Amino acid sequence: MRRVLLGFAALGVIVAGTAWALSAPRPLDDATIATLQGDADAGQTIFLAAGCSSCHRGEARDSDPLILSGGRSFASDFGTFRAPNISPDPDHGIGTWSQSEFINAVMRGISPQGAHYYPAFPYTSYIRADPQDIADLYAYMMTLPSDATPSQPHDLGFPFNIRRTVGLWKTLFLNDDWAVTGDLTPEETRGRYLSEALAHCAECHTPRNALGALDTAQWHMGAPNPSGTGRIPAIAGPGFDWTEFDVSAYLSSGLTPQFDVVGGSMADVVGNLRQLDKADLDAIAAYILRAAR
Amino acid sequence: MSFKRLIGTLALGAVIAFPAMADNDPAVETRQGQFKLFIHNFGVLGSMAQGRIDYDAGMAQTAADNLFHLTRHDQSRLWPEGTDSMSIDGTRAKPEIWDNLDDFVSKFGALQDAAEALQGAAGNGLEAMQAAFGPTAGTCQACHQAYREEAS
Repeated sequence: MRRVLLGFAALGVIVAGTAWALSAPRPLDDATIATLQGDADAGQTIFLAAGCSSCHRGEARDSDPLILSGGRSFASDFGTFRAPNISPDPDHGIGTWSQSEFINAVMRGISPQGAHYYPAFPYTSYIRADPQDIADLYAYMMTLPSDATPSQPHDLGFPFNIRRTVGLWKTLFLNDDWAVTGDLTPEETRGRYLSEALAHCAECHTPRNALGALDTAQWHMGAPNPSGTGRIPAIAGPGFDWTEFDVSAYLSSGLTPQFDVVGGSMADVVGNLRQLDKADLDAIAAYILRAAR
Repeated sequence: MSFKRLIGTLALGAVIAFPAMADNDPAVETRQGQFKLFIHNFGVLGSMAQGRIDYDAGMAQTAADNLFHLTRHDQSRLWPEGTDSMSIDGTRAKPEIWDNLDDFVSKFGALQDAAEALQGAAGNGLEAMQAAFGPTAGTCQACHQAYREEAS
């Protein structure tokens, strides 16, 4: 009997040890990211494409999209997430972060203290970004106004409130594979980069499994609103009949082909993307149509 | 078929065809019809602004005149209490409209002002129309962003 108990205890230790090892943060190789030279002007494009301000601007609907004070709430099946302050404020924002810390936060979901971020923060998409672009983003975001609003805690149920569990989630679901593969034109490839690595269209337009990971078999097929009521429309599949012109025009004007006008969370997306070069919007449109096939 | 059965069949058909009708206030359908008429005219101008169709001063002016008059339609009986998306199916009008009626009314006023400017510009060439079209779309967006649910 004692042997059996010891055996169970040993098994328990092994399971716990394995879980601990599997849930450990896995940062990028510091040698490759610490020495990148960021360019703030180029970073503005990344900032707009990646849609940082859509979640991290202040709570008021008409808040300044360049003041990233945080505070917007995102209700989900796992609890309510609250976007933190990511302005350059040294006490309440990210003003003291090094470039490496920033890149690991954005591309791996790891805090400067080594804790996991929840994947409400779409590092699940940003993992596909070029680290140089994220170094540019760092340079740009450090030029934005500081704001001293304290970040608010998330409100999550057990076991999701244990951040280490996110490490196991990452082991299962975090990867840098492209969803759309095959022979892509240069324009489609650029659009795929903008969409899958930065603009993270799929994070709302693709349904999720029970653990909150994207169901890549139903890419862009529409999904319940991840944070609120109603549905995020399909941008692929039989019911989606927009042309490249339609998609590009929508992203620059907020007008659907039927001349309905954008609202909801997509209005923030259009507010950012309309500031990109038309060639980039055309590229996203080419990719969306490619992904819809 | 007896008269009773006919009525029953028709009623069943209506229930199947219009499942949301049962709890729809007539005001909801009327205000949705109003927005369709907005788009019916706004879309003509948008199609020209985006180069989908050629600019035509007469067509543009007619559409802008219509939009001007449509946005003057008195709204007082179109938004009764209890016709928000939490209370009934078949509407995307958020309850926040009734919590912030002053703001809602002022946003509608912004649309009226923009429609007036658009009416003044629509017949004066493509560029003039485009310059007034964008701000009009902006007033639609401001209200949709604050007060319209995602579609379901």
